[in-house]
Amino acid sequence: MIATALAAACRLISGAVVEWHCDPDAEAQRIYFANHSSHLDFIVIWSALPPRLRRLTRPVAGRDYWDRGRIRRYLARQVFSAVLIERRQSGSNTVLGAARAAVRDIGHAMGERHSLIVFPEGTRSVNGEVGPFKSGLYHVSRLRPEAELIPVFLENLNRILPKGESLPVPMLSRVVFGPRLDATGGVDKQQFLTKARFALMQLKAKA
Amino acid sequence: MSLLDNTALRALVTGVFTLLVLASIAGWILSRRVTTGAGRTTVENINARIRAWWVMALIFVVAVAAGTVVSILLFVLISFLALREFVTLAPTRLADHRALFWAFFVVTPLQYYLIWIEWYGLFSILIPVYVSIFLAIRTTLAGDTERFLERTATNQWGLMICVYFVSHVPALLTLRIPGYENQNATLMFFLVLVAQLSDVFQYVWGKSIGKRPIAPSISPNKTWEGLVGGIASATAVGAALWWATPFSPGGAALMAFVITVMGFAGGLIMSAIKRDRGVKDYGALIQGHGGVLDRIDSLCFAAPVFFHLTRYFYTP
Repeated sequence: MIATALAAACRLISGAVVEWHCDPDAEAQRIYFANHSSHLDFIVIWSALPPRLRRLTRPVAGRDYWDRGRIRRYLARQVFSAVLIERRQSGSNTVLGAARAAVRDIGHAMGERHSLIVFPEGTRSVNGEVGPFKSGLYHVSRLRPEAELIPVFLENLNRILPKGESLPVPMLSRVVFGPRLDATGGVDKQQFLTKARFALMQLKAKA
Repeated sequence: MSLLDNTALRALVTGVFTLLVLASIAGWILSRRVTTGAGRTTVENINARIRAWWVMALIFVVAVAAGTVVSILLFVLISFLALREFVTLAPTRLADHRALFWAFFVVTPLQYYLIWIEWYGLFSILIPVYVSIFLAIRTTLAGDTERFLERTATNQWGLMICVYFVSHVPALLTLRIPGYENQNATLMFFLVLVAQLSDVFQYVWGKSIGKRPIAPSISPNKTWEGLVGGIASATAVGAALWWATPFSPGGAALMAFVITVMGFAGGLIMSAIKRDRGVKDYGALIQGHGGVLDRIDSLCFAAPVFFHLTRYFYTP
């Protein structure tokens, strides 16, 4: 109920035009990876999915933001059943440990039937450009090789609800679901990340 | 309620739906007859347009029938969607964010609230005077001077077109015309009907005999044949509907003429903006038509002129 109302409000604000270059209704577990520029990003992707798949698709989000305050916590946990992960740690050992734990948590959260929405840049871009990818996507895809990697390009959301603003300005936006990323073969980490980022950037040109 | 009480309005609504039934039948026949590739694309677009017309007509009729408040709310929504499309094409920067938030969530509702409480003195100057001052201040305070003139001017013009001009359609409901009490919904219906019919007539005339383009650098589809045929047909229809208005037959013809000419100019202006921004349509909300602004461009520019002519000549 709340989720549907939020999705409707989000559509009124973002007027998202959705384009699919893969089967929207596929049964397979998927990892949707998208460029990140706004807090609206995952709601926009989530509401662009077929309703049947929405309940099965969990966003991966930073615990430091989404676990703070009652409303955010309620939305993240109850409404969207988000996978909350640690982002900020001090001391290099704990960073590595936390990253490993996060990857494990994410892989675990997929279970037998869930899909994920992830933002491999790790943080929101200010100007709408796609930044370098952190290695999380690589590790998660190694952990769950059977999951389909789907690039999702989001356009204009950095103008609708930019980083640093708490109120949205309505504008039209675009959500492009790309074809499945082919991640087979012995690709090393850096190659994989470059390839994934390139697949995402290519969707920008697709109209 | 008002729909059932008012014979003129009932007749107009019946006429519109009869026209739509005929259009749907014509579209169905066309889709069976035309087989060439290019022809099929045109016919499919025409049928998509007709289906969208059904939806738009139903929404408009229900809102008008439901009374003043619902009519005003419909135009709040139209302004909101139009402004959303306009701002998408505007060269905004982060420094415009707060000012634009005000434009959507304070200025737009306020403009329509003033119409609802029938405060003519303020709704007619709110956006051109006070909002233009206030928004310029708000944007200046944000401190970013990059393309400042272009940004402030564009945002202000967006509000003028999408909110101020459009709000003059439901503002017709506030006029007190002697001998025409409680029939203003019919007058609003007349304006929207003539403006939209004029678009349809120009399209039909242009598609069938259009040759000489009026402004090829702006819109190759607008031809002299389409314009003359469209204006003549829509003016004739407007004159024939004089019984639904407070005007004489000659007055109704003149009013319809003004609506169609202003509508044509509005369509051309809005096309020039699209050309400037390098897009074909403002959006994709209405199947076959494009965005909301693509559909209401003529109405935007006809409404204020029609409102003031009616107010000046027909109210005490």
